[in-house]
Amino acid sequence: MTTTALIGTKNKKGQVYTDPNEIFFEAPRDASFLTGSEIIKEAIKRSSCEMSVAYPITPQSEAASLIGELFAEGYVDIYSRGASEFDVMSICAGGSFGGSRCFTTTAGPGTLRAMENFPMWAGSRLPIQVCITCRGINSPLSIQPDTLELYYMLETGCLIWHAETAQDLFDFIMKGFVVAEQPDVHLPIAVACDGFFVTHTKDVVMMTPDDMCLPRYDPYRSPVPCMDMECPPVRMMRDPFVMKNNYISYATHASWQQEVRAAIERSRKHTEVLLDGLIEIENGDAEVLIVSSGTAVSQGRETITLMKDEGFDVGLVKIKTLRPFPTEEIKAATRNAKRIFVPEFNVAGWLAREVKAVVEDNQRVVAGPHVGGGMTMPPEVVMERILRTLKADKEELSHV
Amino acid sequence: MKPYRVLPGPEEFLPPSAASMGIRLPDPDQGHIEGRIVPEEEAMERAARVFLSANVPTIFPGPLVLWSWNEKAAKKATAIQYLYDAIRESVSKRAKPMLIPMADYRPKYPKINPEVEINPNHPNLTIWHNKIDACMFVGVHCHQANLALKIIRGGTDCFTIAMCAQAGHEDANLTFRDATPEKIMNFAGWIKKLKGTV
Repeated sequence: MTTTALIGTKNKKGQVYTDPNEIFFEAPRDASFLTGSEIIKEAIKRSSCEMSVAYPITPQSEAASLIGELFAEGYVDIYSRGASEFDVMSICAGGSFGGSRCFTTTAGPGTLRAMENFPMWAGSRLPIQVCITCRGINSPLSIQPDTLELYYMLETGCLIWHAETAQDLFDFIMKGFVVAEQPDVHLPIAVACDGFFVTHTKDVVMMTPDDMCLPRYDPYRSPVPCMDMECPPVRMMRDPFVMKNNYISYATHASWQQEVRAAIERSRKHTEVLLDGLIEIENGDAEVLIVSSGTAVSQGRETITLMKDEGFDVGLVKIKTLRPFPTEEIKAATRNAKRIFVPEFNVAGWLAREVKAVVEDNQRVVAGPHVGGGMTMPPEVVMERILRTLKADKEELSHV
Repeated sequence: MKPYRVLPGPEEFLPPSAASMGIRLPDPDQGHIEGRIVPEEEAMERAARVFLSANVPTIFPGPLVLWSWNEKAAKKATAIQYLYDAIRESVSKRAKPMLIPMADYRPKYPKINPEVEINPNHPNLTIWHNKIDACMFVGVHCHQANLALKIIRGGTDCFTIAMCAQAGHEDANLTFRDATPEKIMNFAGWIKKLKGTV
């Protein structure tokens, strides 16, 4: 029976397999006051997730543990602990090759330890979802939020969505499965949130009914042969063609990489509908814009209010998806801005580089402010950077 | 800059994927011709004209239809045979229609036999050897089809058609989506309808 044919029937927990559009856009939602970790559990409970693998690393450990409760309750079929993050991601690959909808969580050094697996997932077209609860990666040790790890994820071939709030996290996890598993996409997805700021704070989240769940994953719609021992195409698993030492092997490898990136591009069409666009704009006509992702967006919203009190008009562009990157959307949204500020929770400023790469006249872009290692980013700090820059602009003009 | 068009090659050493150049896949009941979204019937007519005017119109059936792994696959295989017969009956005398399977996706080592098979890792060899100027992929897993279609566009002048069971292929010069046995039979119907007019 196809997964579409299952719609309207019940799973073993009594949840009704429901069309995703009905779940997301028509079903009533109830308010709950939960932590981000609890929200991850609630989203997975509704996602017909067959398999999850855990390994402890702060700040995702609690979410991974709560998914263990879902296993005990019968909502998740397979749940195990890996020997390391590398092991976790490898086990997920096996599960996904075998046709399961797989979910896992990681953070900071765990993300980097697992890193080899992410391009392997993408190259193998495995639609695994990893929730990255961002934290510092470098020595000296920090368990605090820092988004530098996302920089390393950008070219892995994974879809990457960055949640601002617990509400985003809930929606992105469920919608992420739907987009990632489209046959023309069929890629891993990293749903990221900023550790502690989102995972360990409570927020009001409007949740879909817990007696409705997503249709199951259908591995037979995969763009590569699925591992079905009863089905002949399984005998056509990927051969290491690059070992065959001739020119065409290299060309195939290059073409393969292009195809993974093409699949990221194809996800736009599906994502635009489910996320209501890849970006969100607030007060977009302002001459000063803040462009950011994750909780830096929330600090940007606070900054807008502070700046308004000071008599300044500031707008905001929230980036929801880092891959695919909303190139044309950001270009259009920032076209009339005189200054574009990109506050980030990392010292590298990778998002500012991304923004600079796509906007016209990119000298308008100010990379910062930046904080790192778990520092908070008070809106006053963003405001101070904006005011200092505008003052310098004015002084420069008066010298012309 | 002019919008990118998915034209027959040879395009370049490593052509871009069409998706990266802004080409989007068609919605249900649509196809695309060289990157332009069109009603499906318009794509049917164009594809039929391409096949009828080609010297070596060729069907490349892949594992999803070569193996009788479910009822639908068997029906599609029958429809593909019907299509091939329709092409043979409808093309001019100088044309040499072919049906060459893509039985699996492993690179052939030390060398492919291009007379009897095609492979997604070096599809250009089969195209060149048989002087194929129009081809249709059907029953090939989407990832492998896109690899092959792009390599063909990069190095040959063959016009590529994709009869895809999923969402279609931007890397083909012409694509259909949601392929069913009925859709393949409809295409055969277009071939017969346009016989002698091209």
